Formats: sequence, structure tokens, C-alpha cells
Amino acid sequence: MTEITKLKISELIQALKTKKISSFEITKAYLDRIKKYDEKLNSYILLCEEQVLKAAKLSDENYKNNIARNLEGIPLGIKDLFCTKNVKTTACSHILDGFIPPYESTVTDNLWNDGALLLGKLNMDEFAMGSTNLNSYNGKVINPVKKSNSDEELVPGGSSGGSAAALAADFCAASLGSDTGGSVRQPAAFCGVVGIKPTYGRCSRYGMIAYASSLDQAGIFARDVQDAGIVLNSISSYDEKDSTSCKQKSEDFLQDLNKGIKGMKIGLPKEYEMEGMNPDIKKNIEESVKKLEELGAEIIEVSLPHTHYGAPTYYILSTAEASSNLARYDGVRYGLRVSDKGDSLEDLYKNTRASGFGNEVKRRIMLGTYVLSSGYYDAYYRKAQKVRRLIANDFDNVFNKVDAIITPTTPNTAFGNQQKLSNVETYYNDVFTVPVNLAGLPAISIPVGVDSNNLPIGVQFITPKFSEAKMLRIAKSLEDEVGFDRYKLNFRF
Amino acid sequence: MAIFETTKNKYEIVIGLEIHAQINTKSKLFSNSNTKFGAEPNSQVSYVDAAMPGMLPVLNREAIFKAAQTGYAINAKVNSYSIFDRKNYFYADLPQGYQISQFSDPLVEGGTIKIKTSEGDDKVINITRIHVEQDAGKSIHDQSPDSSFVDLNRSGVPLMELVTEPEISSAFEAADFVKKYRNILRYINSCDADMEKGHLRCDANVSLKLLGSKELGTRCEIKNLNSTKNIQLAIDYEVARQAEILDNGGEIRQQTRLFDVVTLETKTMRDKEDAHDYRYFPDPDLLPVNLDEEFLQKAKDSLPILPDAKKAKYIESGISEYDADVIIADKNVTEYFDQIFMKCDIKLAVNWLTSELFGRLKKENIEINNSPVTASNLLGLIKEIEAKNISGKIAKEVLDKMFISGEEASLIIERDGLKQIADDGLILKIIEQIISENQDKVAEYNAGKEKLFGFFVGQAMKLSKGKASPQLVNQLLKEKLKK
Repeated sequence: MTEITKLKISELIQALKTKKISSFEITKAYLDRIKKYDEKLNSYILLCEEQVLKAAKLSDENYKNNIARNLEGIPLGIKDLFCTKNVKTTACSHILDGFIPPYESTVTDNLWNDGALLLGKLNMDEFAMGSTNLNSYNGKVINPVKKSNSDEELVPGGSSGGSAAALAADFCAASLGSDTGGSVRQPAAFCGVVGIKPTYGRCSRYGMIAYASSLDQAGIFARDVQDAGIVLNSISSYDEKDSTSCKQKSEDFLQDLNKGIKGMKIGLPKEYEMEGMNPDIKKNIEESVKKLEELGAEIIEVSLPHTHYGAPTYYILSTAEASSNLARYDGVRYGLRVSDKGDSLEDLYKNTRASGFGNEVKRRIMLGTYVLSSGYYDAYYRKAQKVRRLIANDFDNVFNKVDAIITPTTPNTAFGNQQKLSNVETYYNDVFTVPVNLAGLPAISIPVGVDSNNLPIGVQFITPKFSEAKMLRIAKSLEDEVGFDRYKLNFRF
Repeated sequence: MAIFETTKNKYEIVIGLEIHAQINTKSKLFSNSNTKFGAEPNSQVSYVDAAMPGMLPVLNREAIFKAAQTGYAINAKVNSYSIFDRKNYFYADLPQGYQISQFSDPLVEGGTIKIKTSEGDDKVINITRIHVEQDAGKSIHDQSPDSSFVDLNRSGVPLMELVTEPEISSAFEAADFVKKYRNILRYINSCDADMEKGHLRCDANVSLKLLGSKELGTRCEIKNLNSTKNIQLAIDYEVARQAEILDNGGEIRQQTRLFDVVTLETKTMRDKEDAHDYRYFPDPDLLPVNLDEEFLQKAKDSLPILPDAKKAKYIESGISEYDADVIIADKNVTEYFDQIFMKCDIKLAVNWLTSELFGRLKKENIEINNSPVTASNLLGLIKEIEAKNISGKIAKEVLDKMFISGEEASLIIERDGLKQIADDGLILKIIEQIISENQDKVAEYNAGKEKLFGFFVGQAMKLSKGKASPQLVNQLLKEKLKK
């Protein structure tokens, strides 16, 4: 038998059902591995060791009594953006110091109701702002994958860097992240795992600490497409506590998984080939396209003409919403308060927010405040809303002709965490992923190959709203055809 | 037209009002916390109201329904599409750091409310809009020398803000506007409209312009006026203040001012330059409010008869305009009156309610809905008068007793033997006794001293302890004395 920590969820469930293994053993194996290696990565910021072992024993009882649920006894890591009842949740921000939510986010609640177990909380860019995981109050996360020829520390991507790294390092069976502009798909690509961003409204945002409400969506990191689908089945639900959650009938997203893609039309946007892009990525897309054709799909060149406005539009809208969403962290009711006796209310605000927020968060709050200011609103926020509509229309038009769109997930592979990038360069990391969030569509990133440094490369499939089943079916076909073995990557341990 | 005249100039007063009314729903606008007044501080606060991380607002449709009803009650357009925006500013009692309000696309637009001018004429004030928003909490600064406290019970309570066009021309009209609007709110039960409990708060925008001038003057906004009396006092003060500045060649600075209820002056709160940039934008946590035809029709159909329509109906039935105004001025009075209206003589009904019962209630400082005399009991009393079972005089005595015991008139009349004597024989007996005991007076009467008739009536009433039917006494006395 393979090492326990390398097993897929589908395999773990099979083994648990046939009593070949216990949830306690699985959990213990992950805990041991985390304790042994995570100091090299810093992916977990909190381990729930005692509780999870107790819960694992209960799960084993449930298996014994034949009342096991869909994810019974499967240990998961959760991005610290999700509020977990009685477990400290800070979105890796100093300003939420010591905050212990008295409530559970809906997506994690769904997981626990299906029997999954909380191993611990995962590191992230503060308030999900970033694509490197260098912006965490709990310190940077290091990619478990390294180049074939160098020990240079690489970024895991962000903002769900901890979630991607933990899964890639076999520190959990799957992990939850969140995707506002690519925060699941980009780190999934950088770490060589599968990452899903569901349709906006598919998963409830209740209890998920808000960054940009109209773009935020919970997402999943998993070892393969099927595992990702299993977790997606669990976390998706209509929730009356979230007005933007959709009443769409929930279905089994795995129902068409193995039906192949013969006769399907897949669009290749001509705009997704940009200057300065890693040539290996281009090569991998071409190979993927060839494989899709071999599988019987028809490849159609399509155009998404407003794509290159995606990043600027995203950075106007997301920062505008963030500037307002983060106003509640004021030192009055919970979290950090920096104030001396006799300080005015304004002093309290200034001192608390000045020391509570990191630089990237401050930068985005200021940007967002600016674009909403009187006199600038029309030029920035309103215009960005219009462009957002155009970007969504681009997709609508294309989806009249094709079932799915294929693009690279990122223009480059994981880079060194000492590399000096300007903010704008960093922001352009999201160029292929943000249009999806702006249009509210589902997308998946799967690893398909490596670059010349043996670093993983991801491709992204984008499908129409609420067509996750089709998205998984297409991704699964390519995944099977490629047969990417991520254990051939170079790991730090 | 109301004109403010100083020794130097004549000014027209221009007033626009913004009135915040608390929509009387059981739960808050975006959470299910209770809205009950007077609860322990911070006992009615949900995670949403306290803006805990990851919490999301969910719209209370009942609040929208009641606001829509209010829109229809003032003949306004209720929009089937409206948007909730965020109004961003920092304050300790504003947990989210923004207030969810409606800015670009409000629920209600247009509409009118009819008021009276100080000369007693009717005047129509146009309404700009009504939008729905959440209230903030309350900061408490006087409990400790070095700390402030925050009570979030009010945080998230639903409000509707009505904005008038600047068409109000005097403090009197402003106060009357608030009274008329308050009455409409109570009629349709969308707001309890108790100013003391903060259900209704008013901001007044006041400016002056020289009589005849087309150009509006710079305005000042007086915030948080919490009674019709204070509205009047504050505007009066503000008008005089601005006139004095203008008379002396000064300029009015656009300001937000507060009314001091002790000194009766308005004082600067902040200048326009310090005004917030609220950075309004659509709240991405909430979908646009789409109301279908069925919802809107239901809001329209569920409206009761409104004060103006009531008044017209009363006048048509023969009630004077003055009395009709008295009855419609208070929803509870109207409801009380409607229980006796058309069930007995209208003049008796109006008189026994507005002078007799009101007089007693006022003396004891009791509200009509706590009246010990119920509407059906008052109707019973009037019925006794109509049936000539008691005279008007006895009826007042009966009402006094009803006011104390809350009993029915018939019960009191029966028990205390107050029923009018309408028996010819009995009255004749009394008359005969009077005649025989007062032969000298009878002689004088017969000699032409007709004024003495009243003496005989008085004697008859006295002997009957007031119970004799005055008409019968009159009639029989005349017959007997002629003989």
C-alpha cells in the first residue's frame, strides 16, 4: 500500500469502508508529517491536534456502526479565511488577534456535517490579498516544490498559499481555499495540484471573511479532479444566510465524470498568449490542446476581446469593496485594539488600523478608498463596472459556440520569494484568472506538465455558470490523458 | 405666504425636511434580532448587527412592504427596482463602518402630503423620495469620565427616510407637516411614530432669501429634532439667526447644526468643509430589490382609509370641518369614533366624544385607547339618551360613574334608579303636589307672571330627583296651569 498521506480521498474512503485503515491512523499520519516537515513550509498556523484525534475516533465508530457519511473521517486543512466555531480565525491579520468566532462558516459546516475532520487552519495572504503568500502576519509560506537544479525558496502562490502548499506536501487529504481573482487556481498551478473555483453563488459566503464580496468564492485544492468533485459536492449549497447564494438545484458534480469529451467544442482564446509568458507554458497549452483533439473534442479559436482590461478592472472593483469590507476592523468590538487611556476615538482607529493591517492590505484599502471618492467614482468604479459587464458578455458570446474555454492558469511558474517584483508585475500574475471572477464563472486548474526547471504548469478550463459537472468531466478527460505524476517533481523534503 | 420681516429686510423662509421614521417590524432590517424598545443595552444584537467577520445582511421583506405601503399612502411611485448602497464612514456605534442605505435608486419617489398654513389654508408639499436604511447604534458618553459605551440594540433597526422638496415656508408648516406625516404612519401602521421613543426624528434644512428673489440662500441643516415643538422652536431660532447675519451684510455658511433644548439655540456641529465623503456604492452583499406586481398590489390594497379620505367622509355625513379635524388628528380617536359613527345620532356622537369624554380624559391625563369608557359603552349611553331613558343632565352624571367604574350605562341607570320618569300619572301627581303647595305662585302666574313657569319646572325636577322627563313636565305643567 502507498504511504497513507499520499492517498486520494476516493482511495481513503474505500480503505475506510473496507476497514483496511482507520480515520485515527490517517489523522495521526498527517499530524506526524506536519509536525516533522511543516516548519520548512509554514503552511499551518494552527493545528487542532487534540480535537481532530477525538473526532477521528468518533468517525471510526461511525464506520463500525455503518452510519458513515460522505466524507467521514477525512482530515482536511482549512484556509484561515473561514470562520471555524471556537477555533481561532484571523485571516492571517494582526488586526484579528485572538479572534475566536462563535459561529461556523456554511462551507465548513457542510464539510463537518458530511463527517470531514478539521486538521488545522492554513496560512494565507492577509485578508486574501496577494498572489505570493508573502503578505501574512503569520509569516511567508514556502512552496514544497523546488526547482530541479536549485534549493531556492519558491512562493506557493497566493492568496491560498498555505492551502496549496499543505496539500502538495501531503499534509491533508484536501484543503479549502478561497478565490477572488485566482487565489485557488494560481497556487494550485504553482504547487502542481488541482484547484477549483466554483460558480459565484454556488457556495455560501456566510462565515467566510470578506475581501471583495462580489468576487469571493470558496474553492478547493485536491489531488485529482475526482477528489475535488467529492469536496465540491459537500461544500455547495443554497444558504438563506447569504443573499448572493444561488437557489440552483444542487446536483452530483461527479455524475458525468467519466463520460469523455467526444464531440465537445473547446475554445482557445487568442488573447491568452501574452508577451513575456514562459515559453514552456505555451508549449504545454499546445500539447493539451492536441490531446483534447485526440480525445475527440473540436478546438475552436475564440476571442475574448476585453480580457486585457481584466486585471485593472479587478484591482479597481476588488479594492473598492475591500476598502468598505475592512472598515469593520476598527478596534471597537473584537480583535486588536491599540489605544492609550485618554485617546480619542480617532486615535483608537488610527493606531489600531496602522498597526493591525499589513502593507498590502493598507495599499488596497487606500486604492479602494480613492476609486470610490467623490469626483473619481465615475472615472474608476463606475467605468470598471461597465468593463466588468463587457468581460462577462465576452464569455457569454463565446459560450454560444463552445462548451468550455482552455487557457494557461498563469503566465509563469512558481518564482523565488526573494525575487523583486513591482506591485503591478505581481498583480499581472492574475491576468488569466481574474476575468473568470469578474464574470462569476466556474473554473478549474489542473497540472499538465513541467517547465525546464521541473516546476509544475497548470491549465485552466472555464465553463458557463453552474456547469461544474461538465467542467469536471472535461478536466478529468485531460487529466487521464496527460497522466501527470506530481511525485516526479522535486520536493524540499 | 409666510414672510419674516426684520427692521431692514423682508425674507421668505425656505425649509426642506428629512424625516427618519422607524419601520415597526418585529425584526431588524438585515438580521432577525428583536427591535423592541427599552431592552437591556446590547441584548438585541446578532452577529450581523455587530458586524462580526464573515457575517452577511439578509433583507427583511416586511420592512420593504411597510415602506411601500407608506409610499402609496402619500401617493408616491413605488419602484419595482431599487438598490441598497453602502454609505461609508467611521463611528464607534456603526459596527460595519458603513450604513446600508439607498442612494441612487430609492424605493419610493414623488408623492404629496397636504398641510395647513398658519393662516389655516390648505397647502400641498411635494415629497422627493423615501428610502430605506438601517439605523446605527447608540454611543453613551456620560457614564464614565474616561470611557464611552456603545449600545447596539438600535444597530440595524429599519428606518425609512422621507425627504421633502424645499417647499415649506414656516416653522408652523414644518411642525404641521410632521404631524400630518406622523398621523399617516400611524393610520397605516408602518411606524409607531412616537417621537419620545425616537421612532421619528427630523432634520430641517433652513435658508432665507430676500422676498421676491429667485435665488435660494445658503442652507443650514438642523439635526435630530425630536418633537414638533422643538422643530418649531429650532426653526424659529435659526430663521432669526440667519436674518440677523444677512441684515448685517454677512454670509451664511453651509453648516450642520444642533438644537440645544436648554438654551433653545442652534449650534454649529460641523462646517461643510468637514463633511464626510461617504463613498456610496452598491452593497455587493445584497441583490437589487426586485418587487413583482403582486407584492406592490398587495401593499396598495392593504392600505386602510387614510386621514384625508376619512375627513371627507365625516364632513359628508354632516360633521363640521373643525370636529372632523379633531377626530382624524389621532388614529386612535378615529378608530374609537368609528365604533359609534353611523350607529347613533351624529351630533350626539361627536358631542359626547369630543367634549364630554375628551374633557374627562384630559382632566385625568388618560389616552383614548386607555379610556375606562369603551366605545361600545359610550354608544350605550347615547342610546339611553336617544331612547329618552335619561336626560342630558343625568347622562353626564352617568358618564362620571362610567368613567370611574367602567360599567355600562344601562347597568348604572338601573342600579341607581336614574331612569327618567316618563309616566304621566306619576308626573301629574308631582305637579298636583306643587300646585297645592304653592297656591300663591299659581295665582301670580295666572295673573300674567309667566316667568314663574321655570320655578314650577324646577320644583318638579327637584321633587323627582331630576328623573322626570323635562318634556313631559313642561307639557303637563302647561296643561294643568291653564285650568
